[in-house]
Amino acid sequence: MLTLDENKKQWMERKANEIRQSIVESLMEAGSGHSAGPLGMADIFTALFFHILRHDPTNPSWEERDRLVLSNGHIAPVLYATMAHAGYLPVEELKTLRKFGSKLQGHPHREYLPALENSSGPLGSGLSQAVGMCLADRIDRGKHSGRQFYALMSDGELDEGNSWEGAMLANKERLQNLTAIVDRNNIQIEGYTEDIMPLEPLKDKWEAFGWHVQVIDGHNFEAIVNAFGQAQAEFSKPSVILANTIPGKGVSFMERHYEWHGKPPNETQGVEALKELRTLGGKIKSEHE
Amino acid sequence: MLNEKAKLNTKMFDPEVEQVPIRKGFGEGLLLAGEKNKNVVGLCADLTESTQMHMFARKFPERFVQVGVAEQNLVTVASGMAAMGKIPFTSSYAMFSPGRNWEQIRTTIAYNDRKVVIVGSHAGISVGPDGGTHQAIEDIALMRVIPNMTVLSPCDAIEAKKATMAAAETKEPVYIRLAREKTPIMTTEETPFEIGKAQIFFAPPMNAQVGIVATGALVHRAILAAKKFATKGISIKVLNVHTIKPIDTEAIIKLAKEAGAIVSVEEHQIIGGLGSAIAETLVANYPVPQEFIGVRNKFGQSGLPDELIEHYEMGAAHIEEAVERVLKRKK
Repeated sequence: MLTLDENKKQWMERKANEIRQSIVESLMEAGSGHSAGPLGMADIFTALFFHILRHDPTNPSWEERDRLVLSNGHIAPVLYATMAHAGYLPVEELKTLRKFGSKLQGHPHREYLPALENSSGPLGSGLSQAVGMCLADRIDRGKHSGRQFYALMSDGELDEGNSWEGAMLANKERLQNLTAIVDRNNIQIEGYTEDIMPLEPLKDKWEAFGWHVQVIDGHNFEAIVNAFGQAQAEFSKPSVILANTIPGKGVSFMERHYEWHGKPPNETQGVEALKELRTLGGKIKSEHE
Repeated sequence: MLNEKAKLNTKMFDPEVEQVPIRKGFGEGLLLAGEKNKNVVGLCADLTESTQMHMFARKFPERFVQVGVAEQNLVTVASGMAAMGKIPFTSSYAMFSPGRNWEQIRTTIAYNDRKVVIVGSHAGISVGPDGGTHQAIEDIALMRVIPNMTVLSPCDAIEAKKATMAAAETKEPVYIRLAREKTPIMTTEETPFEIGKAQIFFAPPMNAQVGIVATGALVHRAILAAKKFATKGISIKVLNVHTIKPIDTEAIIKLAKEAGAIVSVEEHQIIGGLGSAIAETLVANYPVPQEFIGVRNKFGQSGLPDELIEHYEMGAAHIEEAVERVLKRKK
């Protein structure tokens, strides 16, 4: 069972803050890209890469690693920033985001960054890919393979039928080693999810599809770690974690505004965002002050 | 007049020639590929028997995934299985896969560089009574435009079996196009098969005056047309193209140089299909007049297969007319 002590929790809070700064810096440099989703998911990515995933940044193709499929590829900046801080690539390289010849394509492409498990962008297909991986693993190793399979999804992409097709198959096959994480930030590109296409009652929907469902605060490391622990302990069905997050988390002028779904901060906004992140309202004293 | 090197079925002109659905060859090939390699897995979207995946599913139930009527899931799950080292074969009707799930094939398989074999059955107008919704006559265009994708279109059940087994061995993703109806057996077990290598099937002893380049079930009608010309002393060669991508540039240029005129024959829209692939090859290398046999910017409809082939001007007589036209255009 996954546990978390106070020291590690505080360490991860600081790490998530550094990752948010890297996200803002890379977006400023790129001049395009998505801000809200990446900032909102920084805590969950930090928990995954620094506490939950079984992986080896020095050996990305390690066979025994857990598999993490990012379905909503547009939050690539948080994936890249977290991978850089975890040692998959130099942090300095984050400044090449979205530039010609970069490993860091606008949406993730494993041809350019082979440590990725998949290339993504068009929404709704990641869960099914994780389902396929999990099925293949079960054919080879049976139910207790020791490898976990994670699909990171946005709430907006639950508009896609493909998402639910994957959910149905995971239930049919009782894929106990599969955990989906839905970034429930309530926004999508043109507005609030409940205006564009209502998803609620979302917990009931997933339960009706046969999944083990947890609703958590996606910025609380104890809740995050506990939820992944519960998901791993579920031996009869797939698990989904509906993580309530604040889009743009950490940058007050971006928080909860859907307008920040698909645009980067300009120079002035970026400087302001970085200033706020570095001090974080005085709540956390960054090591790099 | 059959090319001896191709070791073809000498009974193909016999009215009682054995006829087998092309899709059946896929079923047999998949079973053999599955026996040979334990990593071969099958996925189907509620059409296991009509796409002939049922033999594999029965023999290897633990390696078969029934995804239900969900073609987007079909190929995205396959992509995930390929990521774990499996060699997935997906099957449905071509109209639904790749018809409905094209973007998922492009992104999660081709762009993502995951080797999956996508099998589209019931391609072409000869699907018949089900009508236009179920007659895929756009699938070659859809699939050959995707980078990193091989496109196979076997002419009979034996070639389909070989194509299936060969597809299991490639590094890149493959699309295999299959027809529903019974098709005369033209090849034999001994006929060589190599992805990317077209073969002359019909070759009168003298130099060709027109070259017919054909794919799929219509290869038989193309050979019948060529044979008729041969009795009149006109030499027409028929090249069977089972690999539409990568197209056998060398064989097509060679035929164009010899014949000086080409007729392309396919049960597909003339826009974007085999004829287009040949035209691209000829124009860039050795331009000669070309006539196109195929569906001309129309949808299909209900009817008997032969009836529809005639209505949409893809019968042997239409091929003959196209040959006459292109002969006149020769300088």
